[in-house]
Amino acid sequence: MRATGRKIIMAGLAGSVIMLSGMTAQAGGDIAPKVPIDRTKGECVLPGDQMRREHMKILVHRRDDTMYQGIRGGKAAFSACLNCHMVKDDAGKPVTIESPRHFCRVCHDFAAVKVDCWSCHKSVPDDAGNINALKGADKEAEKASMFARLMNFVQGGAK
Amino acid sequence: MTDMRTSDERDDVQATTGAQAEHAGNGAGNDAARELDVARRAFLRNTAAAGVVALGGGLTLYTISGEVLAKKAEEPLDPKKRWGMLIDTTKCREGCDKCVQACKKENGWDAEPGSRTDVQWIRKVEVRDPKTGFLASLPVMCQHCANPPCVDVCPTGASMQRADGIVRVDMHICIGCRYCMMACPYKARSFVHEDIPEEKKRFHAPMGKGVVTSCDFCAHRIDVGQIPACAEACPEGAMLFGDLNDPDSALARRLKEIPSYQIRADLGTDNGIRYTRLP
Repeated sequence: MRATGRKIIMAGLAGSVIMLSGMTAQAGGDIAPKVPIDRTKGECVLPGDQMRREHMKILVHRRDDTMYQGIRGGKAAFSACLNCHMVKDDAGKPVTIESPRHFCRVCHDFAAVKVDCWSCHKSVPDDAGNINALKGADKEAEKASMFARLMNFVQGGAK
Repeated sequence: MTDMRTSDERDDVQATTGAQAEHAGNGAGNDAARELDVARRAFLRNTAAAGVVALGGGLTLYTISGEVLAKKAEEPLDPKKRWGMLIDTTKCREGCDKCVQACKKENGWDAEPGSRTDVQWIRKVEVRDPKTGFLASLPVMCQHCANPPCVDVCPTGASMQRADGIVRVDMHICIGCRYCMMACPYKARSFVHEDIPEEKKRFHAPMGKGVVTSCDFCAHRIDVGQIPACAEACPEGAMLFGDLNDPDSALARRLKEIPSYQIRADLGTDNGIRYTRLP
């Protein structure tokens, strides 16, 4: 009687271990959201995994560059993010932050991180916006220098 | 962080501003500095002129009498400049508010005339001399003071002056205390009381509930070599925009030719906006 009981418990434990390991594998793998990106417009400023960790630093760094130095356009511009990551709805219109399909919300909803950017910033480009994000970055040299500064910053170098 | 110019540069700015320009260049040091300054300006002009070709389609570079205002989008601003404007009140027509409409469209605010609470960056003001009855109609916006009281009082450093003289709010660090609104002698600032719906937002002029905003001389336009929307929209050409520090700029030359006034010059704020006559 006792031996049978012990066997049942052991079997139960083994079962839960198998189930748990299955769940862990799932959580570490495929359910993390993928940020929508249009690769035809070029590569992102940093590789995806690095971007996941560093994008907020880049945004704040860039924000100060723009506020105090008037630096605009180029690959690190807000408008450049939208340019590649913009998601269109079924009618072909860019979705705003009100939609869970907006590229920021795809991750932020998942991670339950609330950002305040969109209480002021528009989450889709203006039709009549007069700065084209990539206009200034057409030249390779400028692109490279911007990238070098970004990398320097991200790797903890001088601001 | 409010003033990124070194003390040397500030002296230089002081020396070449307005009426004090005549007194500049007294010492040998000043002469050397001025020569350097002239060389630098010429260099900047040449590089900017090259930029016209390189930038090409779509990006408009405005030139006034050969003066290139441009800064390329990705370049940092030039601390030697001080942006300013001369408003010719003899040309400004009573009842015309094209500059106000252009600003509303460009920067996405929509105040009812006379509203005490809506966001308002620029307004038309009719002023009358009570003794003579002389009437002048003029636009009033942020005067982009060299000594801005709004910057002095800000507890967080959000109210700031860019190195090129533009006074604006860094809304990222504004806590909405409205102290700057109290301090501004020109009623140039307004508080955003309500959420701005997505469709009314402007991509290049973000603002939202809980912060103070004001005219920023269309910094997003200046940064890519354009002139402010109000100056561009004026049908009479009554708003002349330019660099106060560059004696060769159309603005500086005009200011040298004719008398001009600052609103409440007695406050010593040294406004970047000047008017040809005030009652």
